[in-house]
Amino acid sequence: MNRRNFLRNTGFVAAGSLFVPAFMKPLEAMALDELSLYKNLVVIQLSGGNDGLNTVIPYGNDIYYQKRNGISIKPEEIIKLNDMQGLNPNMAALKEIYDQGWMTIINDVGYPNPDRSHFRSMDIWQTASDSNQFLSTGWIGRYLDSNCQTCKFPYTAIEVDDSLSLAMKGQSKKGIALKDPAALFRNTNDPFFKSMIQNDKEHLDEDNLGYLYKTMIETSSSANYIQNTSKIYQSKYSYPTSGFANQLKTVSKFISSGLKTRVYYVSLSGFDTHVNQVNQQGNLLKQYSEGMAAFLKDLKINNKLEDTLVITFSEFGRRVEQNASNGTDHGTANNMMIFGGRLKKKGVFNAAPNLSDLDTGDLKYQLDFRQVYGTILDKWLDVNNSEILNKKFNTLDFI
Amino acid sequence: MINNDNYLKVKHLYNRAGFGISYPDLHKLSKKKIASVVKDLFKQSKKDDLLNLVDSSEEKRQLLAQAGLYGKKELTDEQKNMRREIVRMQNETSRYLNISWIEKMINTDAPLREKMTLFWHGHFACRSNNPMFAQQLNNIQRENGLGSFKTLLVEVSKSPAMLQYLNNQQNRKGKPNENFARELMELFTLGRGNYSEQDIKESARSFTGWMYDKDGSFIFRTNLHDNGTKNFFGKIGNFEGENIIDIILENPKTAEFISRKVYKFFVNDNPNEDHIKELANHFYQAKYDIASLMTKMFTADWFYNAENVGNKIKSPTEFLVGLSRSFYVTYNKPQVLIQLQSSLGQYLFNPPNVAGWPGGQSWIDSSSLMLRMRIPSLVLNDGEIDFSGKADPEDEAVIALSRTSTADANSRNKRKSYINATANWPKFLATLPSDFTPLALTTFLLQPTINEKVSSMVSDNKGLRSTAVEITSMPEYQLC
Repeated sequence: MNRRNFLRNTGFVAAGSLFVPAFMKPLEAMALDELSLYKNLVVIQLSGGNDGLNTVIPYGNDIYYQKRNGISIKPEEIIKLNDMQGLNPNMAALKEIYDQGWMTIINDVGYPNPDRSHFRSMDIWQTASDSNQFLSTGWIGRYLDSNCQTCKFPYTAIEVDDSLSLAMKGQSKKGIALKDPAALFRNTNDPFFKSMIQNDKEHLDEDNLGYLYKTMIETSSSANYIQNTSKIYQSKYSYPTSGFANQLKTVSKFISSGLKTRVYYVSLSGFDTHVNQVNQQGNLLKQYSEGMAAFLKDLKINNKLEDTLVITFSEFGRRVEQNASNGTDHGTANNMMIFGGRLKKKGVFNAAPNLSDLDTGDLKYQLDFRQVYGTILDKWLDVNNSEILNKKFNTLDFI
Repeated sequence: MINNDNYLKVKHLYNRAGFGISYPDLHKLSKKKIASVVKDLFKQSKKDDLLNLVDSSEEKRQLLAQAGLYGKKELTDEQKNMRREIVRMQNETSRYLNISWIEKMINTDAPLREKMTLFWHGHFACRSNNPMFAQQLNNIQRENGLGSFKTLLVEVSKSPAMLQYLNNQQNRKGKPNENFARELMELFTLGRGNYSEQDIKESARSFTGWMYDKDGSFIFRTNLHDNGTKNFFGKIGNFEGENIIDIILENPKTAEFISRKVYKFFVNDNPNEDHIKELANHFYQAKYDIASLMTKMFTADWFYNAENVGNKIKSPTEFLVGLSRSFYVTYNKPQVLIQLQSSLGQYLFNPPNVAGWPGGQSWIDSSSLMLRMRIPSLVLNDGEIDFSGKADPEDEAVIALSRTSTADANSRNKRKSYINATANWPKFLATLPSDFTPLALTTFLLQPTINEKVSSMVSDNKGLRSTAVEITSMPEYQLC
């Protein structure tokens, strides 16, 4: 990369004049209609391997009850979606969302030669690699790298967390992680930090020191931009009191205040339910559903639901048959939940899992997760998915 | 201070081959020729006292108990509790193992050996829930880290940690599991593109029967070994694992692959193909003697070239260990070291996958850099950063507002006390000459060339202690 490219790619051409609000300029330069068409993607990661079969329950299939004597949910408690599948009773908050047509469930999403290790399978989902391929960049990171019109600012992708997931790291660009915009603002406005980057032209080089300064400058301008744009907005909607709901509230604040961020990333962990699954997973699904319902309704009130797409994934599903400890062990294919105000296919997207045709006790996947990513990249983020996924994946028609 | 060429060279050598250097050592060694400094470095690292935190008899007892429980279909409540208790103990021991290694790096007087162990830890990346296995693999990497690459490779391949991690335990005659065979060639020796899928299949067959037994010892189960003829890299024979390793080492591509990785770890992220070729030829001719390769590199003129000095981003381990060594830091609650490793993206014994940590610029994103720049003040100064300067008046209101209106201000204070580390300032300051200036301290602590801005920032004479905190909080301190 030559020096001119480097400067152009930082997104802030005039880094020296940073503290004049120069970082606002590229936005002003954007055409108005482009801004109004701003679409957001929210990725929600359920860490630990959520048991999809007790989330969207195939209650119409006897095999479910045979294989899960100790942990199956009684038919009368299930929130029925059709003759075959229904939601876990702890997900009651999503019933209304589903009935509004803001939710799509995609069954049996996975990949060939599935890996049952948390770390490895999470890697695969985050980097969108094949199961025997090791990539050091994430799929959203590569989207940032593609340098498209709407993905060039350092705040294009925000993870509401303390540290940044691999999914958000590209080769030359990375998303930004923050839990509290005010705290980040405070840190980057620390006099010491500011004096380090002030009028720093000589460090804007291509070596590692230049990279560190570039990261600092981008962090500082992002922190200012995010804080100054979002501080004026106060959500009136009342969210449940969970850490997860709080993170979604932050995302909603960012979206509703008009932040020009395209991708948000939020995680909820604790789904590795090997022992006494029913209560543990139930609590998490309740947190998840209540948080999600509040978030979606909040967006609706702010007229942002149409411009928002939410996807939920986990690194794998769990085995069809329960284990001896009233829990489940690591499995393979799993359902994904998609939310938004502009879904093309609402409700249950494809056939329920086939519990009688298993691969040594595990579900066979119907759809590759990269088809879901590919669909989003093509139809929502407006980039050619083969550029990001390294080969072309057929798109689906849920959006 | 002797500000000559040798001063900078020794400092560079110790930053790359170790985790930094104390001022008295630097002063002393600067008077010697670099070749003899390198020689001493190897002499220092001759002894390889191993990690011995994990009590193997206790672990073996647990392993046997665990094996007994796995066989059963229905467990009593008591057995379930026992199984849970074993897992809990293993996790706890794994955390102590992690701490004992990082504290070893902080306190070692064999820095090169620990640096090599860190290199091989990333090269032969592996995770194991069993702390005995993890410690054993770490010790294999420590014992052989400066010895014969062949011995190292064979020992790693036979270690229960790796056999388990790469599924060789499931690699049997008639039902081969190719995981180990593939990574052996792709990540441990030859690198992608230097072997065929057929080679993987044939070598997987050759490693059938390489397993570990109930109490965690390597065993070659001949009844599970495929005794048929294999065709590997055009050679035909009834190969076993070690034959495959020999054939792989006969291929100079292996020497090149390892040399490139060593170069990127110790010299520069951007490979210089001429220098790598020079190293690879030497390594191959030296029959894969690692010490010989490292000596060649540390004594090469180009190792001290300007483009190779002060330009590498420290790994989180290099950063934490270097900082703690320099200032004689004691962690009163060492668990915090695990938290720091994990938030900085290098949780030792837990690499992201078998390819290890990608390193270089991938260490740095906005949050990890902000954290790195805060850690020195948290560790060295008990959470207080006494920076000079004033906030931009325009921002004062916002800063004040956010301080009073959020609960976060309180939680920040809590986090400060949580680090709970003590730097030994009297000891550190006593190592410095009495007339040491802040600028001299800067030149001592930083590896990149000092520019005007940095020198003006430290020149307002705040005293050496404040200057040290300031310097270590700079982005320049992230480089070595």
